[in-house]
Amino acid sequence: MPTQEVIQSNNTKDLSEVMIEIDNINKWYGDFHVLKDINLTVGRGEIVVVAGPSGSGKSTLIRCINRLEEYQEGLIKVKGIEVNADVKNLREIRSNVAMVFQHFNLFPHLSIIENLTLAPMWVYGKPKKEAVETAMHYLERVNIAEQAEKFPNQLSGGQQQRVAIARALCKSPDIMLFDEPTSALDPEMIGEVLDVMIGLAKEGKTMVCVTHEMGFARKVADRVIFMDEGQVVEENDPETFFNKPKSDRLKLFLEQILAH
Amino acid sequence: MAVYELKPTKQPPLSERGAIAWIRHNLLSSPFNILFTILSLWILYIIIPPMVKWFVLDANFVGNSKAECTGDGACWIFIREKFKIFIYGFYPESEQWRANLTMGLGALTVALAVIDRVPRSIKIASILMLPVVAIILLSGGYFGLAYIETNQWGGLLLTLVIAAVGIVLSFPIGILFALGRQSKLPIIKTLSVFYIELIRGVPLITVLFMASVVLPLFFPEGMDFDKLIRALIGITLFQAAYVAENIRGGLQAIPRGQYEASEAMGLTYWKRMRLVILPQAIKVAIPNLVGSFISLFKDTSLVMIIGLFDLLSMVTLTTNDRDWLGLSTEGFVFVAIIYWIFNYLMSRYSKNLEKKLDTNNKD
Repeated sequence: MPTQEVIQSNNTKDLSEVMIEIDNINKWYGDFHVLKDINLTVGRGEIVVVAGPSGSGKSTLIRCINRLEEYQEGLIKVKGIEVNADVKNLREIRSNVAMVFQHFNLFPHLSIIENLTLAPMWVYGKPKKEAVETAMHYLERVNIAEQAEKFPNQLSGGQQQRVAIARALCKSPDIMLFDEPTSALDPEMIGEVLDVMIGLAKEGKTMVCVTHEMGFARKVADRVIFMDEGQVVEENDPETFFNKPKSDRLKLFLEQILAH
Repeated sequence: MAVYELKPTKQPPLSERGAIAWIRHNLLSSPFNILFTILSLWILYIIIPPMVKWFVLDANFVGNSKAECTGDGACWIFIREKFKIFIYGFYPESEQWRANLTMGLGALTVALAVIDRVPRSIKIASILMLPVVAIILLSGGYFGLAYIETNQWGGLLLTLVIAAVGIVLSFPIGILFALGRQSKLPIIKTLSVFYIELIRGVPLITVLFMASVVLPLFFPEGMDFDKLIRALIGITLFQAAYVAENIRGGLQAIPRGQYEASEAMGLTYWKRMRLVILPQAIKVAIPNLVGSFISLFKDTSLVMIIGLFDLLSMVTLTTNDRDWLGLSTEGFVFVAIIYWIFNYLMSRYSKNLEKKLDTNNKD
């Protein structure tokens, strides 16, 4: 597979350098046990795809990484820093980890360019000129530079999601988290977003993607994880994952998702 | 399989265009509607002619005493003769230029705030400067300006001072309480809820009485706190609770994703609120906010009960003047018109602002 070669030739990829370390975490919503003894390690430049039926806890899991959700037991470390209530740690982690959401979550009262310059200017204190230059660079990268002065709701869903990815890139994160980035899109717009994500993957960005796009997983993932009922059920390289699933639950899931 | 040509666009038929269409759709669309139109026309016929007669045709404009009001209509001479006292209260005539200057600065501030091209920093600076400049100008005692006690302030001047201070100061305080009510810290949350519910459960008159009568009991003896300032504190704290509830309504309308995205960006709490959440929440809250500011503007007339002479009480006072008895109708109509002008302007401005801030449907 040619894409595989590109990834491996990228010199930023180094799986021995641990970027995210999830050590036996447990989480409850009230009495409901959402995450059960989850362990996961992600190396530099690694692309991990998390799949599973809805309600399996996969979104919750990646939202624990940047502490949009708290967990009650176990430990998550991002680049060696513990994810906990410590404000200093949290600031450090959130500047290293960017997130792309299912519903884009662009700020509707700000223009596209203002959406992109917000974090650089107000989190990192960059001068406006520099922030705008960086923003334009990333907008060009996602092929949407001509829309810079528009407002989010003037763009199509696919365009909005590409803006959201550009916005995430503006703070030059080491790690990108994708929370079902294509689930809210019209079918004809999924491709343009996936193309951007594939581009990022080839560059060696560390990525954890919750997605149902199995084509994407096959193409770029280093590892695919299958979650069900709050547990990691199966974890493998995409080849084995799709062609030789072991557990019955994964077999059923793949049947359902690839049937049509 | 058939293939169809693109058809040219045509104008709608004549009956669907312009005034005729408007009348057909809005006045004569159904038998009930026709009946209603006729009824409305009849009511207008009953009301309008006598009103025009009273206001203009039979009214008296020339002269300078009540004796010259001979017609059946309004005696506008009264309003003209007492105009200054309605506007300035007992503010000394020789110093009234200070009141004019203050009101002029107020108008300028409003103009700056309304004009799009003015940078936001100038808008905010002028709004924050206004109360300080106004108080120095009006009360004096500095820069060679004669000191004028607040009990000499009155009329429209006082109404505007109370309303402007109430609106400007209650806004930031209200925002803090609204955020406090949403806080994850139980103490802050409980205190905010307690404050908001306490104030909202009590009429403004009570708050004014408390501020004017009960508050001084807690001050050390001999310390005299200006009556106007006590009223301003009362009104500001009262209004803040309503602003807080309006803003809270706005905050609740913001999707969770907005909080999450701004949080994931690494913005601190205050920056998230200032840059992402509040601009959107305030936008949603504008109609309600303006509604409560209009209420406040009208409620300023309640300061009468603690012995301050605002526009309404000034008019009430002058209608008791021996030389001008029996002219309260003119006086109250005049007050109503003034109140209406200010409130209508506020309401128009809020409409404008809503439209301008509505980036959702901008094409």
